[in-house]
Amino acid sequence: MNAIALHRLLWLAVPGLVLATLPAAAATIQVTIDKLVFSPATVEAKVGDTIEWVNKDVIAHTATVKGSWEVMIPPKKSASLTLKAAGAVDYFCRFHPNMKGHLDVSP
Amino acid sequence: MFTRYTAALAALLLVSAAPFAQAADKPTDPQIAHIAYTAGVLDIEAAKQALEKSKTKEVVDFAKDMERDHEAVNKQALDLVKKLKVKPEDNATSQALTKAAKEERAKLAKLQGAAFDKAYIENEVAYHKQVNGALETLLIPSASNAELKSLLETGLKIFQGHEQHAEHVAGMLK
Repeated sequence: MNAIALHRLLWLAVPGLVLATLPAAAATIQVTIDKLVFSPATVEAKVGDTIEWVNKDVIAHTATVKGSWEVMIPPKKSASLTLKAAGAVDYFCRFHPNMKGHLDVSP
Repeated sequence: MFTRYTAALAALLLVSAAPFAQAADKPTDPQIAHIAYTAGVLDIEAAKQALEKSKTKEVVDFAKDMERDHEAVNKQALDLVKKLKVKPEDNATSQALTKAAKEERAKLAKLQGAAFDKAYIENEVAYHKQVNGALETLLIPSASNAELKSLLETGLKIFQGHEQHAEHVAGMLK
């Protein structure tokens, strides 16, 4: 990895600056919630990418990582999270813990 | 047919106080719609009691989740029966559920603080378990309309989530 690439990578780790500075580098990945199922259940993404959950249900859900972040997704609405850390995480819905998803986040 | 179902149910109630009949004749779609809607209403009433009485954040949050989800599902159920022109029909199972819930509410009304929290959450676990069992073994298999069946199946997933959520809250209260 050259110095410029490394520099960009560091910038990607800074929240809020991602889209403003390097719009082409980050992707938005959609995860649909329909009838209490996260689809796709497993997503591969990079740090700086945004996950957008699209809730088609009439009830609210969350995407929650125990001891870490939580995104609330109201009924028939979408909510997003920009990934800040690399690693594999399991997430679930705090209201309906039978709903499970997984993110593989590469640096 | 329905008399036999009711009689079997009444017999079952005498021994176990379980509002759902397992054997006997299948409930009809109008009866199933009534049972499912009633089960939702009763859990909303239980949630309202918890919101009045509990001061524990986890319990209050759980009760709010129950109120919100069951209201949303029941609204969907009402929209569906209207669309299908099905008139929900009161029946022995709905009545037994209502009677049991009324007794539970009276029991809970006498409790305060941690004792109330524990009893409310434990009853939520038991209640969702009971309703989910009935959905799986009786109501979903008996439903003849495909849209009603599909709504009940989604309802089952939601209420299984509630059961797990209630178990989690019960674990936190210990």
